[in-house]
Amino acid sequence: MSRAALLVLADGRFPAGGHAHSGGAEEAVRTGRITDAASLESFCRGRLHTAGLVAAALAAAAALGCDPAALDAAADARTPSPALRTAARRLGRQLMRAARATWPGLELDAVAREFPRGVHQPVVLGLAARAAGLGAADAAHCAVYESVGGPATATVRLLSLDPFDATAVLARLAPEMDRTADTAVSAAHRVRKGGPDELPAASAPLLEIGAEAHAARPVRLFAS
Amino acid sequence: MHLDHSLPLPAPAVGADAHRPGGARRALRVGLGGPVGSGKTATVAALCRVLRDELSLAVVTNDIYTREDAEFLLREAVLPPERITAVETGACPHTAIRDDISANLEAVEDLEDAVGPLDLVLVESGGDNLTATFSRGLVDAQIFVIDVAGGDDIPRKGGPGVTTADLLVVNKTDLAPYVGSDLARMAADAKAARAELPVVLQSLRSEEGVRDVADWIRARVAAWTA
Ligand SMILES: Nc1nc2c(ncn2[C@@H]2O[C@H](COP(=O)(O)OP(=O)(O)OP(=O)(O)O)[C@@H](O)[C@H]2O)c(=O)[nH]1
Ligand SMILES: [Mg+2]
Repeated sequence: MSRAALLVLADGRFPAGGHAHSGGAEEAVRTGRITDAASLESFCRGRLHTAGLVAAALAAAAALGCDPAALDAAADARTPSPALRTAARRLGRQLMRAARATWPGLELDAVAREFPRGVHQPVVLGLAARAAGLGAADAAHCAVYESVGGPATATVRLLSLDPFDATAVLARLAPEMDRTADTAVSAAHRVRKGGPDELPAASAPLLEIGAEAHAARPVRLFAS
Repeated sequence: MHLDHSLPLPAPAVGADAHRPGGARRALRVGLGGPVGSGKTATVAALCRVLRDELSLAVVTNDIYTREDAEFLLREAVLPPERITAVETGACPHTAIRDDISANLEAVEDLEDAVGPLDLVLVESGGDNLTATFSRGLVDAQIFVIDVAGGDDIPRKGGPGVTTADLLVVNKTDLAPYVGSDLARMAADAKAARAELPVVLQSLRSEEGVRDVADWIRARVAAWTA
């Protein structure tokens, strides 16, 4: 297992399309739920323990070699908003391209061939981790970090928030990210025996509703 | 050994691959970048009108926070709607054309799948600064569009767009008398900054319009398909 490979995959500059998405932060800013560093932290904490936890468990299960098609269906069932499902598949397809170019391998090729329109991004993240020689815990950590890193970066742009304050939010959430990743990895191990129903199904209704409202807006900076 | 060709191959992982999954040559991709309001969309529209009867073409726009460029092209009916796609760039137009080209590559490939085979795809960047250039993984050639009203010292200031683009277009020459821009100086500075690389001075309000740029594109397409 290579710690450096984990940094490559987790780097916000990894070219997989994430920069155009705010993880729901744009809608939260627009509706006044994120106004400063404190409310950004609350938003990120909520996202971490809901969408972040589910994404991490999906990624960890995929990294363990669970069936991507079953995980993709489980992700659908845990994502009520059609706009979010579309965004997750689009990001999954983009990550698949980047991962195949970065860590070429037959397994990624096979999933790309089977799902030309993409599978949910966390599933691809787990497969990418596998291709990079990483494990379930690495994949889960990438997923939880992404679940809060995306909104934090987007909020810096949307509110002209002080970037040091935004980064401090992420640092304060680090212990919670670790615990969430651990929970996700445990669930992923249960999925190996018990199937995808063992995946957590935590959800944040406001994230789902916000994603639908955001998708309908004619003027927006971020794709989701 | 017999290779099994019955399985459909997945799309090549690398964007710069010159071939489609089936093995056919993909469309030539030309990027148009440059500062806000210099005339990128107007140039794309004019190119579509001139070239659409001789080439199979499509357009990807990168709007910053609206779909205005795509909507302008749709309103002007320069191409059928299924040949125009808008990509959202998350507040960073240069990232989407240079550092992380995923969404644009996907848009280009989806267009080829949906309405292909295509000879040419034009990719318009959202208006940006003088350092914004396209990745070679996304486009085969790039045009940098500046205008005379943005200041006649821009060719002298240089920057990657002005100095390295495959074609530099100095647009809106009709406005030069009104904004006090010295066209001869702009042309001389551009030549000095670009050595052998070509420069076109154009006014889309004139009779010739986009003619020189269209000729340049024709030559690129001919070389691409040769
Ligand atoms: N006078 C004059 N106006 C022009 C010319 N070319 C474009 N324009 C006008 O300049 C304005 C901006 O043109 P666009 O084509 O929208 O510029 P753009 O580079 O696509 O702008 P962004 O996408 O917003 O960066 C429009 O009002 C055009 O009609 C020209 O050659 N002469
Ligand atoms: Mg434009």
